[in-house]
Amino acid sequence: MSEVIKIKKGLDIQLSGKAEKVFGQADLPELFAIRPTDFHGVVPKMAVKVGDKVKTGTVLFFDKYRPEIKFVSPVSGELAAVNRGERRKILEIVVKSDGSDEKEHFEPTKVSDLSKEQIVEKLQAAGLWSFIRKRPYDVIADANETPKAFYISGFDSAPLAPDMDFILSGQEEALQAGINVVKQLCENVHIGVQYDAASKVFNNLNGVTVHAFNGPHPAGNVGVQIHHTMPISKGEVVWVAQPQEIVAIGKLFTEGIYDASRIVVLAGSEVEKKAYYRTKLGASISTLVKDNVKKNDTLRYISGNVLTGTQIEEDGYIGAYHSQVTVIPEGDYYEFMGWALPGFGKFSMSRSFFSWMCKKKEYRLDANMHGGLRSFVVSGQYDQVLPMDILPEFLFRAILVEDIDKMEQLGIYEIAEEDIALCEFVCTSKQPLQATLRKGIDLMIKELS
Amino acid sequence: MKALRNLLDNIKPHVQKGAKFEKFHSTFDALETLFFVPNTTNKNGVHVRDAVDLKRTMAIVVKALIPALLFGIWNTGYQHFLAMGVDAGFWAEVGHGALKVLPIVIVSYGVGLGVEFIFAQFRGHEVQEGFLVSGMLIPLVLPVDVPLWMVAVATVFAVIIGKEVFGGTGMNIWNPALVARAFLFFAYPSKMSGDKVWISGLSNGEGVIDGFSGATSLGQAASGVAPSHSIMESFIGMIPGSIGETSTLAILIGAAILIYTGIGSWKIIVSVFAGGYVMGLLFNLWGANALMQVDALHHICIGGFAFGAVFMATDPVSATRTERGKWIYGFLIGFLAIMVRVFNPAYPEGVMLAILLMNTFAPLIDHYVVQGNIKRRLKRAKVAA
Repeated sequence: MSEVIKIKKGLDIQLSGKAEKVFGQADLPELFAIRPTDFHGVVPKMAVKVGDKVKTGTVLFFDKYRPEIKFVSPVSGELAAVNRGERRKILEIVVKSDGSDEKEHFEPTKVSDLSKEQIVEKLQAAGLWSFIRKRPYDVIADANETPKAFYISGFDSAPLAPDMDFILSGQEEALQAGINVVKQLCENVHIGVQYDAASKVFNNLNGVTVHAFNGPHPAGNVGVQIHHTMPISKGEVVWVAQPQEIVAIGKLFTEGIYDASRIVVLAGSEVEKKAYYRTKLGASISTLVKDNVKKNDTLRYISGNVLTGTQIEEDGYIGAYHSQVTVIPEGDYYEFMGWALPGFGKFSMSRSFFSWMCKKKEYRLDANMHGGLRSFVVSGQYDQVLPMDILPEFLFRAILVEDIDKMEQLGIYEIAEEDIALCEFVCTSKQPLQATLRKGIDLMIKELS
Repeated sequence: MKALRNLLDNIKPHVQKGAKFEKFHSTFDALETLFFVPNTTNKNGVHVRDAVDLKRTMAIVVKALIPALLFGIWNTGYQHFLAMGVDAGFWAEVGHGALKVLPIVIVSYGVGLGVEFIFAQFRGHEVQEGFLVSGMLIPLVLPVDVPLWMVAVATVFAVIIGKEVFGGTGMNIWNPALVARAFLFFAYPSKMSGDKVWISGLSNGEGVIDGFSGATSLGQAASGVAPSHSIMESFIGMIPGSIGETSTLAILIGAAILIYTGIGSWKIIVSVFAGGYVMGLLFNLWGANALMQVDALHHICIGGFAFGAVFMATDPVSATRTERGKWIYGFLIGFLAIMVRVFNPAYPEGVMLAILLMNTFAPLIDHYVVQGNIKRRLKRAKVAA
């Protein structure tokens, strides 16, 4: 292993409700759904109609502007509903499972026999291309671009995040197969691992460069890892994917199937049995959380982690890129004189609450905003939790005034929403920074394409 | 508490948009959020948020000002009875001080918050918390004998010209409290400088013992006399001066609170003191007049230096916003403050001018730090290419 890269800035939010490394038992649900909104910039066009029979791997919809990018069904059954929102925007494409898991057949092939174009075609046909994303912009990769590297983060440092080594143990072969596929797309494959973890899975992989990181969240973010090893400058592209997605890619080539199975961690202070569950991409969480959550408060169900996840209903669906479901209290209460009281047991990066006197190991945080939206007042907070050579506040200002040149100069190519989620967490003025950044990125894409 | 909540819930529908009393929405909102942290939850982006908000932040700064305020109250009484040649005892001193100081505080808060509410009402936004701190800073940087109407006029000026014309809290260029002081300093110099204004009762001269001078150390040094108060006296703060600025000790307690909670920038505080000390040492070497000969350590204990360093320079809105910029900004404040003091005895309070000047230049300093970041990124791209 190469030298350990020390990340000093950042913050580990000590949330209560960490999952044990055991598997819980839960039935697969009846309903599955793909949310087009999980894929930034994709305008969905349906390929099937409600009531049509689909198999695992049947194309459900594709991108209107890049029809080669397809999205497939995670199970076999029939298309139950297309849920639309305002202006008939497609929000969810729901498939009702028939339990048989009948699969579309894709020929197993040796990667070495295929050209790069053939591999791309195969991935696109099987709906797996959507799992390869690119930096800058954090959107689905463009097969016509040549990436300078392919990065995979081997650990997730977000609050209550799953342990990747645990998830991947037993799937080493498929992972290696997936890496072999990726290597045909881009020779230069990098994996970031946690320095002290006995990450046998990653250290035993062939054909990859391993970087070890030591530090608090967001050290596990692939954007931070790229920044510290091979920063992205203007005109450069890096492709990224998550380990479970690489496994699925591997299985497509070795077994010839589209495998939507995912291991997700169910965590959070309001969950009774906090554990890992074997389920599928897009699965409804209804069977996971039924009779498995505390009923005292209003609850918030999140697909993903508390910093970047998507709020879903108690029968909502696991997002396409998520391998975590978190349940926390909603926190929709008024707090009497909350700003003046000593505040034992409140979590804050500043020491303005007396909780520094009796440091708790774990905090049960809720989704309350703890204040109102204000303009930028306090300075230097964002810098403490963004371990990159970027001046976040000035980048946000450039975004707010829509100054494309400044955004580029200040490093918008290097960051994605997940990287600045902590800035949003610590912000005294309660600014919606992730939404602001996405607005800036969308503007960049629009102006530069 | 439950009853209060019910009362607010009953009123709330009547001040919502479209309801009969919608004009009073911002006033209602200000009162409601004063008593209750609102029940709003995160809608998109992060699902959990740090417990700190702007009210909390401002409340911490006000708490950090309390040692200076309490000391100022006592010192006002102490100086008064010293001038009278009476040994009145601790509680009489505190009583006299409270009678003098608290009205100024009340006028400052009353007038300032009044203006804030009116602006929030007209603009239809929430009442912002910035004035919670300014309202306490303004009294603490004024001489105790200042007429109350002047406090009111200065506060109105500070809130409107110092803040609201720029768009409110977070948008201002200069520190509003210093704008108030500068306004009084230039509009009514006779009430803001000289030897008579710093001790309560001295300006009308009744009952003052013969030969008692109310001159501050700076005033003495400016007129060519070595300061009669020792460094230790100046550090503890038993000297004439503006209400809250005399005790470096009480101010340092406040500094400790600000730094420990992470609310005030330690970089600015440290670099202001460093800048002042370095400049003081340089002048000591030169030593051409009484002001230059004042010991560098003594320099940073007298006048408004410490108060400015800890409470004025650290105002995040008007200071530099980059971490590297904070070092430069702070150092130059300290440096310039002593320079103004020494070179221009007509303005012994160089700290105020130095901070206002650096407030003006803070965006420029930030600009260069940002350019540095941009250049590093470009250079990296070239090396890679």
